Amino acid sequence: MVGASNYSRTSLGSDNMLRPRLIPCLLIHKGGLYKTVGFGQPKYVGDPLNAVRIFNEKEVDELMVIDIDASRLRHEPDYKLVANLALECRMPLCYGGGVKTVEQFDRIIGLGVEKVAVSSAAVDSPDLIAKVSSRVGSQSVVAVIDVKKTGLFRQYEVMTLNASRRTGLEPADWAKRLQQLGAGEIVLNSVDRDGQMSGYDVDLIDLIRNVISIPLTVLGGAGSLEDIRNLISRFGVIGAGAGSCFIFKGKYRAVLINYPSHEERNNIYWPCKRSEDFVISKS
Amino acid sequence: MIAIVDYGLGNIQAFANIYKRLNIPVVFARTAEDFEGATHIVLPGVGAFDWTMERLNASGMRSTLDQLVLGARRPVLGVCVGMQMMAHRSDEGTVPGLGWFDAEVVRFDESRIQGRTHLPHMGWNDVVPTDQSGLFREMDVRRSFYFLHSYYFAPNDLNDVLATTNYGDRFVSAVRRQNVYGVQFHPEKSHGWGIQLLKNFARL
Repeated sequence: MVGASNYSRTSLGSDNMLRPRLIPCLLIHKGGLYKTVGFGQPKYVGDPLNAVRIFNEKEVDELMVIDIDASRLRHEPDYKLVANLALECRMPLCYGGGVKTVEQFDRIIGLGVEKVAVSSAAVDSPDLIAKVSSRVGSQSVVAVIDVKKTGLFRQYEVMTLNASRRTGLEPADWAKRLQQLGAGEIVLNSVDRDGQMSGYDVDLIDLIRNVISIPLTVLGGAGSLEDIRNLISRFGVIGAGAGSCFIFKGKYRAVLINYPSHEERNNIYWPCKRSEDFVISKS
Repeated sequence: MIAIVDYGLGNIQAFANIYKRLNIPVVFARTAEDFEGATHIVLPGVGAFDWTMERLNASGMRSTLDQLVLGARRPVLGVCVGMQMMAHRSDEGTVPGLGWFDAEVVRFDESRIQGRTHLPHMGWNDVVPTDQSGLFREMDVRRSFYFLHSYYFAPNDLNDVLATTNYGDRFVSAVRRQNVYGVQFHPEKSHGWGIQLLKNFARL
């Protein structure tokens, strides 16, 4: 599939291109690291800081950490944990969970987090996105859209509070609006695919990718590097987020943190150079 | 000793962690006095241009920084918005920059960027230095660094260009004028290549 000569050119870094991003997504629940299925059935997988250290060693592209208790239980973000995560991370970090105000946003950026994610707070007061992006710059403002098929006709709908609340919002309209408001990245999370490890919801991604020009990171459904490779060969430069895929090994879902090496990643990135979404014009 | 300018923005702890691992002493500079004994200065920055400049201007360190950089000629490294602040002005705001370079900060021309994703320029990209010594010495040819920005640094004097990166067009991803260095990417979040760059800076 990928010729040896092509591969070595890539590994020599002569291609001068922005790469897709492979992003492990870690969920915090009761102070520990958990993985859910369909946004429920949380399974304990370990200590968050320990996981970050392992991901450091694997030189991951980026890391996303979401506190799944904070918004639902109306907690403040756990600033001590966020500070420790930022301190430990040798790669860019995106934090989400319980962020509702400009002040909380400032404080988390001040702790050394590159990007802050909001979901329910953006639905409740879309103004928040506009306010924070004019302050910290839109590059640090990430809007998470949790999507589930709902109703008689199984149509995509934006959900919040760990998919417990329906919003009535249509995902593509909401994504466009978030971009207008000043979000710098959309994280599109499929509730139905969460933990299924059966592949991304490509139809849903198509729907959103076509209406925005800010970076898109997708989450929900990745079960193998093949799923990620398929995603990238279809969508080019995109953020490929995954939880289970980087946390579990084998069909019994044994906890084993894993992540492709630089060589494996280059093999995965390669197809995007043929995609229509290949960003860089050859000079 | 490396002074990391702490005006409430930027990931100062990430720089400190890296220098700690390299056994290079650091100090967080929060007042003018904290620069005492500093041989090098790191100026980080995250945020919108005006917000960042206003915070630095309000920190009480501005004149000391000007004196150390332009007078005493201490090596200084601006990172991301910290680099952009070294220009005269930015498309992103109205507050004047530090003016350490004859340069301005401009927004990427989105019409030049192919594909569906335009801005911010977010993720890992290649950095091609014009000079393999100094900041970029002893670095793997496969080097790539993490970027997160929508505006870039445009120097008027091309002699100031230290590295370029391709995103739609080639843009300037690192600059140098005498003792003043700036990088658009985040070395503190770029694994081994970033660590090597910060180590190189400390040796200047």
